[in-house]
Amino acid sequence: MATFFGEVVVAPFVVAIGRNAAAFLSSFILDSVCWEVVGVVKLWNEWCRTSSTTKVLPTDSFCLFYRLISDPTVLLCQCSCYVAEDQQFQWLEKVFGSMQKKDLQVTILSTCPVADYKTQESTLTLVSPFLRALKTKEFQEQVCCPLLEQPNIVRDLPAAVLSYCQVWQIPAVLYQCYTDVIKLDTVTIEAFKPLLSSQLLKSLAKDASESTKILKKFLTTGETHNNIYI
Amino acid sequence: MFIPCGRGGGSAAPDFKGFTLLMPAVSVGNVGQLAIDLVISTLDMTKVGYFYTDCLVPMVGNNPYATAEENSVELSINAEVYSLPSKKLVVLQIRSPFIKNKYRPFCETLLSWVKSSKFSRVLLLSSSHAYQRDDEQLLGTPLRYLLTPDLEKAVGGRMKELNWKEMEKVAAYPGINNTDKVLHIPGGGITKLLFTESCSEGIQMAVLLKFCSEGDNIPDAFVLVNYLNEWLQLIKSESKNSTDLSSQWKIPSSWRLLFGNGLPPALF
Repeated sequence: MATFFGEVVVAPFVVAIGRNAAAFLSSFILDSVCWEVVGVVKLWNEWCRTSSTTKVLPTDSFCLFYRLISDPTVLLCQCSCYVAEDQQFQWLEKVFGSMQKKDLQVTILSTCPVADYKTQESTLTLVSPFLRALKTKEFQEQVCCPLLEQPNIVRDLPAAVLSYCQVWQIPAVLYQCYTDVIKLDTVTIEAFKPLLSSQLLKSLAKDASESTKILKKFLTTGETHNNIYI
Repeated sequence: MFIPCGRGGGSAAPDFKGFTLLMPAVSVGNVGQLAIDLVISTLDMTKVGYFYTDCLVPMVGNNPYATAEENSVELSINAEVYSLPSKKLVVLQIRSPFIKNKYRPFCETLLSWVKSSKFSRVLLLSSSHAYQRDDEQLLGTPLRYLLTPDLEKAVGGRMKELNWKEMEKVAAYPGINNTDKVLHIPGGGITKLLFTESCSEGIQMAVLLKFCSEGDNIPDAFVLVNYLNEWLQLIKSESKNSTDLSSQWKIPSSWRLLFGNGLPPALF
């Protein structure tokens, strides 16, 4: 059974790469009532380290896959661990290899440092965080932010997923959030909020008050690590 | 492997039989890749497919050869194939480095594609570390060529007419024994491997390379692409007397901000 969004049948697959993107899904979409864990990708590389925060986020060296109970064609992935360049291809093969490609539509959420953003102005004058999008040829819907201008490029797992979708003609869009905070940060998480106006995520979004509660939890978790002067 | 663009999963692969394949080596200064960018941009080549491989670091961005708003939103990946049937030319552009231990698998996949597509010849644009030149190489032209035995038979004469210099072999054990000579292309990436494999597999391959160093390699790219043009005549000189075609190569719109962003005004 596929999901109807407007007139078009799609089987949505949302991939959140990085801690802030994963936290966005945890705050605004996921819950334990409507979603069930259906899969996990475990990997190890030199960047993995065990996290001291628990419960709200997935473990560091895993990618977790969730399915909407009421509509099993809707899939979500939270990938908080770093997938190294020599693991990315295998990740793609394993994940997309076990999925139905028919009507598949992929949305990727990711973050990267604003210092990587190439622009005529200095990055000091840029107001961050901000979103930029890249989409495959087959993706026909409206995007929720401006497209990423040349000469900017995207690397790592988000690029690997988008390349796969472009080559195999799967409609896909990547939302890259440029931020000046490298840790988990509520401002960065909230920068993804424009996506909630998209047809897909609007129908999956949780109650606003619940999201605020979860965001507050991230705030306090973050603070304990940052109070080096107390 | 090569995946054609185009609607539908079963889109027929374009026919490359008898075509020339032009490609870069990921080498010092990225000169080969820059030169290929100039070729694709100037000849306004059409993208015909992707070279989808696990050997290169993934990367995506919008159309690097965009000339207007309308054509700026096409997604590009790390290895793409462009074609210009009027010149029987196919170009493979590589935009990211190799993943560790993947040089050899890439060469094998590439040469297997060359053979199955029946390309007539492969031209590899490359570069080599300028600081590794010996005393003789420090003088004269920084440009060199190499031909596999099969291509030597076909075009060796043309190289002599052009007065090109063949890449010298160096002593395998310098200082100890100067008689054993080997091909040595430091900083050339997959150049040597691809060349030696092509020699042994009977593929017609030419390597065109320039000695250079890392830095602003745009002038090196122009020199290399003009070198290529002496042979292939991809673009003709507009004025009768001028031999310098640099102004006729079109710089792609993505060659901006190569050395970083604008400066913060507060700096001054």
